[in-house]
Amino acid sequence: MIDIHALHKSYGDLEVLKGIDLTVKKGEVVCLIGASGSGKSTLLRCVNGLEVYQGGAIRVDERLVEAERKSIRDIRTRVTMVFQRFNLFPHRTALQNVTEGPIYVKGEPRAEAEAYGRELLARMGLADKADVYPDRLSGGQQQRVAIARALAMRPEAILFDEPTSALDPELVGEVLAAMRQLAEEGMTMLVVTHEMGFAKEVADRVLFMHGGLILEEGPAAQVLGNPQHERTRDFLSRILEHG
Amino acid sequence: MTNFLTDAQAYLPILLRGAATTVGIAFCALVIATLFGLVLALMRYSGNPILSWTSRSFVNVVRGIPILVQLFYIYFVLPDWGIDLTAFQAGAIGLGLAYSCYMAENFRAGLEAVDNGQIEAAQSIGMGWGLTMRRVILPQAFRTVLPPYGNTMIMLLKDTSQASVITVAEMTFQAKMLAASTFENLTVYTLVAGLYLTLSVPLFILASWLERRFGKK
Ligand SMILES: Nc1ncnc2c1ncn2[C@@H]1O[C@H](COP(=O)(O)OP(=O)(O)OP(=O)(O)O)[C@@H](O)[C@H]1O
Ligand SMILES: [Mg+2]
Repeated sequence: MIDIHALHKSYGDLEVLKGIDLTVKKGEVVCLIGASGSGKSTLLRCVNGLEVYQGGAIRVDERLVEAERKSIRDIRTRVTMVFQRFNLFPHRTALQNVTEGPIYVKGEPRAEAEAYGRELLARMGLADKADVYPDRLSGGQQQRVAIARALAMRPEAILFDEPTSALDPELVGEVLAAMRQLAEEGMTMLVVTHEMGFAKEVADRVLFMHGGLILEEGPAAQVLGNPQHERTRDFLSRILEHG
Repeated sequence: MTNFLTDAQAYLPILLRGAATTVGIAFCALVIATLFGLVLALMRYSGNPILSWTSRSFVNVVRGIPILVQLFYIYFVLPDWGIDLTAFQAGAIGLGLAYSCYMAENFRAGLEAVDNGQIEAAQSIGMGWGLTMRRVILPQAFRTVLPPYGNTMIMLLKDTSQASVITVAEMTFQAKMLAASTFENLTVYTLVAGLYLTLSVPLFILASWLERRFGKK
């Protein structure tokens, strides 16, 4: 459902993505790992049309992702994104954050959107937080609201950019549990993460990125348990050292 | 003192009529300044180079010319080009344009204070520019903008006195006429000062309430 072919992306003279090929099939969970600066966020942002790219092509359901075309809006309702820093709308309650897209972008009737919004919040374990503003929620709760907001668009896939990196360690588990549940329900997910435990248990495939290229990819057990590339081994041993 | 009181009684109705005009012109100018200032700020913020340049140039030109000169220009020069305005209209438009630039700078600061992640979050659920503005950015910018907005209102109220030079019959104009015909400078200008203060006090209270309610926590 997401097809990336020979993707090149530069910021000025700095080439950040140097030819990425990647296909994510419906229902698949793909985890992206790699050192800081390797281009993981940039890749996700290109898929969401938040960045323009200079070469290659990204297709979502056969439709070309072009950041500067109106068509990108429709594509974004099919592939939504969850950010490292949550980016909840601070002036809206948890429920309003979730219903904003369905009501104003998709034009769903308010009652219907709110019913589904409450259902999603309940699924995220936040049934009692619907009318609370984000500044009254913990980081983990905020991120779960953000996931509900992404789900409310009834997307076919969700992109996650280090969804637990901004969280206190004791709050990481609740967000990962919510994501795991999504994966079990068959959601297509492309996840940038440093949570190796999550990748090992949930990912269908793991990709290791380095210097703007995908150096290694395969089933989680293989890439994480028996990496072929020296740089992957380096990276994994450093991650394990630091916890 | 009794003299002052009897004089005051005689002058007050005239000055109050002037005060009504002052409030009227301040209100009209505020509406113009707010709407046009918002347009200028949005043009600057849009990221479109032509719109942004136009807005910036306009703001710099207008800010670089004294309000008095702008008022003279609108009232005395525009008629040569077939644009005839009453003194009140010229005053309201002149002050409105001059203040739209202050407003634009306020609004722009408010818009730019909204975190970039908010824009991306809005886009990531498919919002276009208009929806992102209306539902996400403007409501947040609104809060940052309100405290300086209150202060600008006070400045605008006082600057309406400049419209007296193009014969708008507002309070300062009435005072000048009264003082010139009665020579009671002390009485007249004391009254006027008092009236301006009286008009400003509600705005001071409003501004400090806005500051407390929406200012930096
Ligand atoms: N807006 C930008 N302008 C210029 N350079 C950028 C920009 N965004 C990212 N870069 C550069 O692109 C490279 C890749 O950045 P990216 O954020 O994709 O890395 P990452 O793999 O997500 O890293 P991290 O793990 O730290 O999030 C880095 O060298 C970064 O400095
Ligand atoms: Mg990143």
